[in-house]
Amino acid sequence: MADKPLTSQPEKPPTLERLRAGWEKIASNRKALPIALVVGFLLSFAIPQFELVNPYVQLILMYIGINIILTISLNLVNGYMGEFSVGHAGFMAVGAYISALLTTRVFPLGSGAWLFPLAVIAGGVGAGLVGLVVAVPSFKTRGDYLAIVTLALNMIVKSVIENIEAIGGPRGIPGIDKLTTLPWTFFWTVLAVWVIRNFVYSNFGRGVLSIREDEIASDLMSVNTRQVKLLAFTISSFFAGIAGALFAHVLQFISPRVFDIIKSTDVLIMVYLGGIGSIAGSILGATIYTVLLEVLRPLGMWRMVFMPLVLVLLMIFRPRGIMGLREFRWFIPYRDLFASRLWRQKKEVPDASA
Amino acid sequence: MPLLEASHVTHFFGGLCAVSDFNLELQPGELIGIIGPNGAGKTTVFNLITGVYRASRGSIKMGGIELVGKTPNQITALGIARTFQNIRLFKDLSVLDNVRIAHYSQMGYSPLEALLHIGRYQAEEQRIIEEAMQLLSVFKLDHYAEERSANLPYGLQRRLEIARALATHPSLLLLDEPAAGMNPNEIGQLMELIHWIRDEFKLTIILIEHQMRLVMGICERIKVLDFGATIAEGLPAEIQNNPKVLEAYLGEGGGVA
Ligand SMILES: Nc1ncnc2c1ncn2[C@@H]1O[C@H](COP(=O)(O)OP(=O)(O)OP(=O)(O)O)[C@@H](O)[C@H]1O
Ligand SMILES: [Mg+2]
Repeated sequence: MADKPLTSQPEKPPTLERLRAGWEKIASNRKALPIALVVGFLLSFAIPQFELVNPYVQLILMYIGINIILTISLNLVNGYMGEFSVGHAGFMAVGAYISALLTTRVFPLGSGAWLFPLAVIAGGVGAGLVGLVVAVPSFKTRGDYLAIVTLALNMIVKSVIENIEAIGGPRGIPGIDKLTTLPWTFFWTVLAVWVIRNFVYSNFGRGVLSIREDEIASDLMSVNTRQVKLLAFTISSFFAGIAGALFAHVLQFISPRVFDIIKSTDVLIMVYLGGIGSIAGSILGATIYTVLLEVLRPLGMWRMVFMPLVLVLLMIFRPRGIMGLREFRWFIPYRDLFASRLWRQKKEVPDASA
Repeated sequence: MPLLEASHVTHFFGGLCAVSDFNLELQPGELIGIIGPNGAGKTTVFNLITGVYRASRGSIKMGGIELVGKTPNQITALGIARTFQNIRLFKDLSVLDNVRIAHYSQMGYSPLEALLHIGRYQAEEQRIIEEAMQLLSVFKLDHYAEERSANLPYGLQRRLEIARALATHPSLLLLDEPAAGMNPNEIGQLMELIHWIRDEFKLTIILIEHQMRLVMGICERIKVLDFGATIAEGLPAEIQNNPKVLEAYLGEGGGVA
């Protein structure tokens, strides 16, 4: 390979520089986010209405949304807080089953579409409560109980469902209406991202970060570490339940096998691929992984070899993921992004007038 | 009434008695020092006061409230803050975030308000930022507000630790070897800083220190620990000439003066 040419002209901006400048322009333009949201929401209606892309691609888009919710919610516990929860599919299952039972058996026939939001919320609340029940004992003492407890939970949820004939046992629930639409997916994804971003940029969220950094120091700086952990874990499982509910109503058929440990591993990979402690990373990780899974579908069983390999390589070469601990500026609240500058301005104004 | 009252505090690590029968009555506004050779139990005393360890025996009261059995965050909220012998900043977080986190017990909004950024959230966040920036500017750290705290030079990290402790609004400040790793010039500045924050923030201070110049220079009263036991107590001048203290230090190969 040849060395860099010695006679390069530094005056002429190389493509890379121009790209960077363009990127900087996008990143610093905060008005772009609300515009993107409105356009995205309109598109989510227009795409299925006018068949802008084929139904298969629409399905992938919905999976991307659901996976973003799963990734960002797990990132709160594993990335931001630095704990290791490995049973996210367990909470998903709770949300999926509660919502599917409601829409197939409880809600009056034909009202499904109207009552669907209620079913999704019920799935989230159910999963959140299970999360709270799991969190109380696991965070009672310091130490690495969480990985074991969440792994056990994933298996328990699966075998409990398998053994209740009334909810289909191992055969699951067939014939669920396809109530998850592109607009609903978009709505819930934005809501999940927004709520978790809000939480992260509050003093509760900073408490979450400080637990990852140094739990004892955090406690000594007045952070109620127990409260913070319970909050973070409950919020995380709530959104896993929401994602499960949406998932059930895309798939139209759920069984315990859908929510096994492999599903949990998928979410883990998306978190560590995109980057721990990052909203942008969660979105990126979920999108890349979902698309990759589809592209590699012809590989069949080899995917099961390839994907964990990706995780191992990632842990070795980029342990914090693509965006690890970095954030795209759009997601940082204005006040946080310019904290010191705003403060200085505010201080100087009275000085100047005096 | 004394601000802090420790009586017969004893702590074992397995068979090792790290602190034995420690007694202290601290009046508001005092600045006292705890000295002693390596492994004497000084840091353990701080860990017992702040709830990191639960005393095996004895009682520690702050303003009449029993601290033994409380969690560290409850004790900090009662007005005791500390720094660490080995700096324990939140390394990956910004200087500003380090200080904002210490406002946790004074954050005036609920989790729901935080999740939706509604209600008291906006006003309280603004207040916390302003208080934190004010504190940073007092410590001449405001220009580093956005910097990752681990990127600060050593001396500034020490200063940030004190600022972060003050953000919890303490009435009692525990400083664990704040001069460790500092040169004589920096130690002089630190002495001034400690005096100044004591008056400015109306603090009572306990200082653990190996640097005799610092301890003798600013402490009004000194306690000497050795192998967990209190071997001497008194004014700096008395301590300097106490044969027991000399022996404890000479036995270790050091000198007091
Ligand atoms: N967590 C622990 N587990 C077991 N033993 C401990 C623990 N913490 C401290 N010790 C022991 O307790 C004794 C007192 O330790 P401590 O850290 O309080 O000493 P120190 O006076 O602060 O010493 P230094 O000047 O070196 O900081 C030492 O013998 C130490 O080894
Ligand atoms: Mg020590």
